[in-house]
Amino acid sequence: MSWLSTVRVALNALRVNKLRSMLTMLGIIIGVGAVITMIAVGGGAQARVAEQIRSLGSNVMIILSGSTTSSGIRLGAGAAQTLTEDDARGIATEVDSVIAAPLLRGSGQLVFGNSNWSTQIYGAWPEYFDVRDWRIVAGRGFEANELTGAAKVVIIGQTTLRQLLGENVTPEAAVDQMIRVRKVPMTIIGVLERKGQSSQGQDQDDVIFVPLSTARNRLFGAPQGRLRRVSVIMIKVAEGADMKVAEDRIRELLRQRHRLQPGADDDFTVRNLTEMLQAQEASSRILGVLLAAVASVSLLVGGIGIMNIMLVSVTERTREIGLRMAVGARGRDILMQFLIEAVTLSLIGGLIGVAIGLAGSYVIGNVAGWRTEMRPEAVLLAVGFSAGVGVFFGFYPARKASKLLPIEALRYE
Amino acid sequence: MVTPIIRTRGLSKQYEMGDTVVHALRDVSIDIARGEMVAVMGPSGSGKSTFMNLIGCLDRPSGGHYELAGESVETLSADELAEIRNRRIGFVFQQFNLLPRTSALENVELPLLYTRLAAQERRARASRRLEQVGLGDRLDHHPRQLSGGQQQRVAIARALVNDPVLILADEPTGALDSRTSVEVMALLQHLNREGMTVVLVTHENDIAGFASRIITFRDGEVVGDLPNQANDAAAALAESARPRAADPAAT
Repeated sequence: MSWLSTVRVALNALRVNKLRSMLTMLGIIIGVGAVITMIAVGGGAQARVAEQIRSLGSNVMIILSGSTTSSGIRLGAGAAQTLTEDDARGIATEVDSVIAAPLLRGSGQLVFGNSNWSTQIYGAWPEYFDVRDWRIVAGRGFEANELTGAAKVVIIGQTTLRQLLGENVTPEAAVDQMIRVRKVPMTIIGVLERKGQSSQGQDQDDVIFVPLSTARNRLFGAPQGRLRRVSVIMIKVAEGADMKVAEDRIRELLRQRHRLQPGADDDFTVRNLTEMLQAQEASSRILGVLLAAVASVSLLVGGIGIMNIMLVSVTERTREIGLRMAVGARGRDILMQFLIEAVTLSLIGGLIGVAIGLAGSYVIGNVAGWRTEMRPEAVLLAVGFSAGVGVFFGFYPARKASKLLPIEALRYE
Repeated sequence: MVTPIIRTRGLSKQYEMGDTVVHALRDVSIDIARGEMVAVMGPSGSGKSTFMNLIGCLDRPSGGHYELAGESVETLSADELAEIRNRRIGFVFQQFNLLPRTSALENVELPLLYTRLAAQERRARASRRLEQVGLGDRLDHHPRQLSGGQQQRVAIARALVNDPVLILADEPTGALDSRTSVEVMALLQHLNREGMTVVLVTHENDIAGFASRIITFRDGEVVGDLPNQANDAAAALAESARPRAADPAAT
């Protein structure tokens, strides 16, 4: 019996029982649809974390001022600014394969012409942009003499630029413009590329950077002694170097510099941001796998539905099988007929399921506002899997049909 | 000597039912020549159905020897038996056994699906056979839209479609009223006159009357094997009742 006529016979049998075929397919439709949607949701979560890692910069650690103990009362993290610019300089010179970038955080009002805008103001070293993998799209970065001389220069983020200089201003046009930062007139020397949201959902582009010395001396009041305190120190560990080793070295160095006794608490906190995000990525990957696994269960249930219906169909059509055998069908012709019926059911169900899955992930993406990401290999996998389900669950009933004895099948009532 | 279409020697069949062995057929040796029309008769349980199943290659004998058109079949595999049934034998059943919700044409085509014929050739042969049984204008009708006699004629067209050497009819008129029974029998008889060998099982004497030879079974053994003297009269009756091909009134 030729392939083509086998397929036609199978399709015909399915057409004759439209309602039953549809109901049987429903299991596979739901299964494949669920798998596709869940893979899209899981993929979206993973892509989001991966993007956050990219936006943070790779291999980044952050050192925060820690707790201090005052008269036996332990104050919380960040209660005192214990880090200094010299700590950063010390880390940069004494720890191998790291870049250190101290940061002094503040905020203030900016004025340009008749518009004004309040934003984050960071005093930074030029190294900061290397740590964050943050490019300057127009103009230039800070120069050494601007850092030592507390020059009145600004590098501006995209959001701030728009808010202050207008929606349509190009980065190139913004360079060399004068703005007033906390009433101090300063020149824009560079515009940063768009960075997007941080992992906490903050707009990272709503910011300006000035040289660290400028922030301390001109914007945020008088110098606090000679210690030159900073808010945080960001560390980038060179690609291939062990972050754990670098973290231990930095911890040791800072304890020594801060003259902490053995057994005393650290007066700073080191957070390995990349590691945290990687943990988050791993957990979102596990979430994705779990979602797909749960959805696969429904695919399995759909497959059992196919087997169930095919078994009923074989019993119901025993006389037909007997007749076909009497007029010359061999066992394998009968086997192929029922197998193709099962595969056709699951394959058509799978294709409808893909359509529903695509629609489902679109709806989730737009209505729930979750990010979803559809991968073509997931679609192929789901369709292939549904065909496999058809073969697997169709085989037993088909084999049962092919093993019938013609004489008994013909006599079956 | 001309090779008979059917030659059995010591053919026997036993079933085991629990502890007891049932001898459905004992030591049957029969020759049926090409062009004969044979009626197999006997009460239920006499072994006539077992005999039909064995010569139709639907079942295997427990012992003895069977040659179909000179070919020994008891050693053949299941697939080879399927091919024999496909090419050599046309079956007509009491309950017609047509596929429901499938057109007459596709029903007749069914045996050809298991050959290597191209779709076009299959269709042409099937419609030719339907015309031969007088249903040339009913190709697209489904079994439900046909009368019992028409359905049995579709089944006969199906039996003929692959040019068999033998037609086996198992109570072909068992589900028909007497008038359509005569029509169907006349059709079979007409085929027989054109050279087809026909073996039919029946328990009605007037149906057996259409045959040229009557074999009687009892308790698994042949107890009678006689030429049918009344055949000539019956043939004349049948000829007058035979539906003419392509005559729509002959239903």
